[in-house]
Amino acid sequence: MKTFGHVVGLAGVDLVLDHGEVLGIIGDNGAGKSTLIKCLTGALEPDSGEILLEGDRVWFTSPIDSRRAGIETVYQTLALAPALDVASNMFLGREVRTHGPLGLLLRKLDKRGMRRSARAELDKLGITTLQDITQRLETLSGGQRQAVAVARAATFGTKVIILDEPTASLGVRESQQVLDLIRRLRRQGTPVILISHNMPHMFEVADRIHIQRLGRCAGVVSPATTTMEEAVAIMTGAKQLQDRRG
Amino acid sequence: MGTTTAKRIDIASEEVAGLAPRQTPLDRIQRQLHAHPALGPLIVLVTTCIVFGLLNPRFVAAQNISLMLQQVAVVAALGVAQTLIILTAGIDLSIGYAMILALLVMAQAAANNEVAGLIALLLGLAVGVGSGVVNGTLVTRLRVPPFIATLGTLFVFQSAGLLYAKGQTTQATEMPHLLNWTGDPVTIGPLNLINGVLVALGLYLVVHYILTQTQWGRHVYAVGDDVEAARLAGIRTNRVLFSVYVFAGLIVGVAAWISIGYAGAADPNNAVDANLQSITAVVIGGTSLFGGRGGVIGTLFGALIVVAFTSGLTLANVNNLYQPIAQGVLVIAAVAIDQWIRRVKR
Repeated sequence: MKTFGHVVGLAGVDLVLDHGEVLGIIGDNGAGKSTLIKCLTGALEPDSGEILLEGDRVWFTSPIDSRRAGIETVYQTLALAPALDVASNMFLGREVRTHGPLGLLLRKLDKRGMRRSARAELDKLGITTLQDITQRLETLSGGQRQAVAVARAATFGTKVIILDEPTASLGVRESQQVLDLIRRLRRQGTPVILISHNMPHMFEVADRIHIQRLGRCAGVVSPATTTMEEAVAIMTGAKQLQDRRG
Repeated sequence: MGTTTAKRIDIASEEVAGLAPRQTPLDRIQRQLHAHPALGPLIVLVTTCIVFGLLNPRFVAAQNISLMLQQVAVVAALGVAQTLIILTAGIDLSIGYAMILALLVMAQAAANNEVAGLIALLLGLAVGVGSGVVNGTLVTRLRVPPFIATLGTLFVFQSAGLLYAKGQTTQATEMPHLLNWTGDPVTIGPLNLINGVLVALGLYLVVHYILTQTQWGRHVYAVGDDVEAARLAGIRTNRVLFSVYVFAGLIVGVAAWISIGYAGAADPNNAVDANLQSITAVVIGGTSLFGGRGGVIGTLFGALIVVAFTSGLTLANVNNLYQPIAQGVLVIAAVAIDQWIRRVKR
């Protein structure tokens, strides 16, 4: 439950995410997608309700809290620093210091170590479009930047990775690369929450789709048994589901 | 290193775009200047020295170089503080007057109130830090834009200095030697310098290390580059911003110490030009006024370029009144070039 003054943003939503699944969230503008996500990441504090992470009750008061718990979010704006290089961006806010006296006394950064880890993480995710991790972000294409942001989330997101409109600003080929990336995350066993307006993309990668309407969950459907038209009908209220649990 | 990076970028972008980007030599220069912000100022500095050296050989004599290095010390030290602030996309218009307030407190505490030299020095440094705390609070807590916040404190610090000193000058002879130590001569090879020059160079080494090798330094760049992105990446942006102003304040205190040594006195009119010259040095040094790009090494070159122009024009027998014109042209050219560099093609 989340209200903004008299406006009800969320009115009783249950969201269940299992290990190794990609849960899609769709909904019209103002349906409460962003509010729902913000409550999960600590950007907003819900007025009531609870969040269970692997059975433990958690409560986040800031995005830093949720990150500490292993929930990583890739924002639509990506939150990358254009003038810094790929490796620096992947470790932005979580830089690693060198071992020994240099790190302890002079607080020297372990640049080589961070580059090595960044390289390893990109290779693990099969990201081949980033050849040089010392490239500055501003020299990269939109898809490459998205890949950096996802790789950063995958490096630190041990529990849940939330992707907000990851393909919104990308071309066909770059979108496919991001969808491949999401599949690879699932194969690694990391649960992913995907928010998107793009139905074909959603139906391509999501295991289940949570449909948000007027601050409530209008239903959870499986892309295997539901068509895009039906999903849109539920989203707009033209059709209602008897069993909302999907 | 530069060329291999550029080559790799080319290969990568070719793969993605699927076509070879046509690159003119000018594009290549633009890209290099974009990747290495201190490169442009260095080229300008070397060219300046060669041209003035050819016009008048006395320009490159050890005596003149020593003189220029002494003249640059105060502005160079303030430039370090100014660079930090401009890297966060801010600006500090009060920096010179904060320094004057600090040096007046330093000198008068020791001379009139007969506080020990070391304590007077620490008091002065505390005034510098205090000025940073005030500016930092205005910018981060009250959300006053840095330009306005420091425009306000400029007048406050200026008046506070005049009120405190009651218009009096404290001569170096009236102070404990420690406060004037920065003015002691020191000889390095053919150069006759003062300790203050070495202190200023020390500031550059320390801050360069901090900016390039530590987490805090990286966060300063990230905050200046895109404050919202930095916040979402988990950086406590207000804390970083505040600490930048406080650290800059400490450097202002050190600059005050250098200024007493260089001038051999503490006077409300010590280095009044240094305020705006610190901004000039940073801008000519290739640090972007939009934040996130640049560094202190460029500022050192920028400060040296200004001094080299002043000295060179004097030695070339050009009317003194032309010197500010040269400075003005340099600043505008530097910002115009920065705008061009920032439009680098991807």
